[in-house]
Amino acid sequence: MPAAKEKIRFEQVTKIFPVRDSGQKGATKDFTAVKEIDFTVKEGEFITLVGPSGCGKSTLLDLLGGLTTPSSGHILIDGKRITGPGLDRGIVFQQYALFPWKTARGNIEFGLEAKGIPKDEWKEQGNYYLSLVGLSNFGDRYPHELSGGMKQRVAIARSLAFNPDVLLMDEPFAALDAQTRESLQSELLRIWEKTKKTIIFITHGIDEAVYLGERVVVLTPGPGMVKEIIDIPLKSRLEDADIRSHPEFGKLRHQVWNSLHEAEYQGMNI
Amino acid sequence: MIPTAIQSRKPKLFVLSRLGKIFKQSIVLVTLFLIWEIAPRIGLVDQAFFPTFSSVLISWWNLIITGELFAHFIASITRSFTGFALAVIITIPLGLVIGWYQLARELLNPVLELFRNTAALALLPVFMLLMGIGETSKIAIVLFACTWPILLNTIAAVGSVDPLLIKSARSMNISSFKLFLKVILPASVPMIFTGIRMAGTAAILVLIAAEMVGAKEGLGYLITYSQYNFQIPEMYAGILTIALLGLLINQVLMLLERKFSKWKQQVNG
Repeated sequence: MPAAKEKIRFEQVTKIFPVRDSGQKGATKDFTAVKEIDFTVKEGEFITLVGPSGCGKSTLLDLLGGLTTPSSGHILIDGKRITGPGLDRGIVFQQYALFPWKTARGNIEFGLEAKGIPKDEWKEQGNYYLSLVGLSNFGDRYPHELSGGMKQRVAIARSLAFNPDVLLMDEPFAALDAQTRESLQSELLRIWEKTKKTIIFITHGIDEAVYLGERVVVLTPGPGMVKEIIDIPLKSRLEDADIRSHPEFGKLRHQVWNSLHEAEYQGMNI
Repeated sequence: MIPTAIQSRKPKLFVLSRLGKIFKQSIVLVTLFLIWEIAPRIGLVDQAFFPTFSSVLISWWNLIITGELFAHFIASITRSFTGFALAVIITIPLGLVIGWYQLARELLNPVLELFRNTAALALLPVFMLLMGIGETSKIAIVLFACTWPILLNTIAAVGSVDPLLIKSARSMNISSFKLFLKVILPASVPMIFTGIRMAGTAAILVLIAAEMVGAKEGLGYLITYSQYNFQIPEMYAGILTIALLGLLINQVLMLLERKFSKWKQQVNG
């Protein structure tokens, strides 16, 4: 098999925001959120971005989602520049962002409608995506009737419903309890293997980054820069239920930890 | 879950707890009516100005069977409903537009705040000067009073839609029009309904006062007319009717509000 095709390319991406200057009233100064980000993601790859708070993770995601534009540099998807939001990318937010007046099924249908899928196919596709995330019996529930884990499953289903090539996930499991998080992590891997999506997963958890990612991108804080990209050559995580106890996992985890903490240390010296 | 716990309880206990609830809800009200009945009888208050509850009920009944009360009731409800409905129809679209455009919001907010805080009844003489003492001025003042709570709540509702929901919808590349229709509008419904409920209360309040000043029928007219002619029990009967009408309108609007915002988390379970 030939090497996988390149899907996403960051080319010297920098984003500068004007922020209020605390020194002078009414004045603004420039704040560099991310600086000279430069790496590529292969098609079908699961890549995790890990970094301390303030490393511009969410800015990167907004840039990828086309919700803001870079101050310099650009991001390419399939060789084409991102100019705005598009249905080739689906975003899953930490706070679910479900429409509270719609049922689980209604939320998924929102994604189908956005894609322009004819109405008579909604029911069948809704059923498919509900079962894909293990919520076949909860389609008629409103978000406030669902647990945090279930809400995030619905949000994932809604993003998959318009069949994007790339799934962008912004700390999607950070608000969940440890057990729910673990089960959703393995479920996400299962969905990834089934759907072959390219996934960019942002997290601040080292364990999560190592467990999910084929590669881990370590970011430094203030301004957010790529410190190191670490390969995670673990075989299928789903075959070994307790891969986190594996010595190899521990070694990789430590490697990421080291890289991250060096980064933090450097960050403080700047 | 809680519902199964209730279902598994014995039906007898359920009936008892239901009775207990009714008792708790009515005991103070019943006591109040009893005091109303007894106080005039034992001479605590002058019967001429404060007749017993039973005599008020009797004159109330008489007003009902002669059809007089019904005529006043219909006159009042027609006026307040017309003004209220006009306010709903005109104000909600207006509020949605103002709320959507930040510039419109910033420009209009001071004016709206000024009008909202101007007691509608203070403007009653103006309305009467401009439109006479007929139906028009009464409907107009109800419309005026209903406009502000609905308008301000609608504007605030549009402005306070969770930005994350907007971001999430935008990321799906939907048009601004669709965003408005599918996200902003449904998200605003509960808060708009709070405004509608406030307007419902205002509609009755303002109308009764307007009818007291200048009208030939209506519940407000019934009260002042009865007082002038010293038909004190009839006056209280009119007051009682207004209280019940206010309660009824509030209940209906609350029911509608609950129906349209059932997706909101119920704080009291």
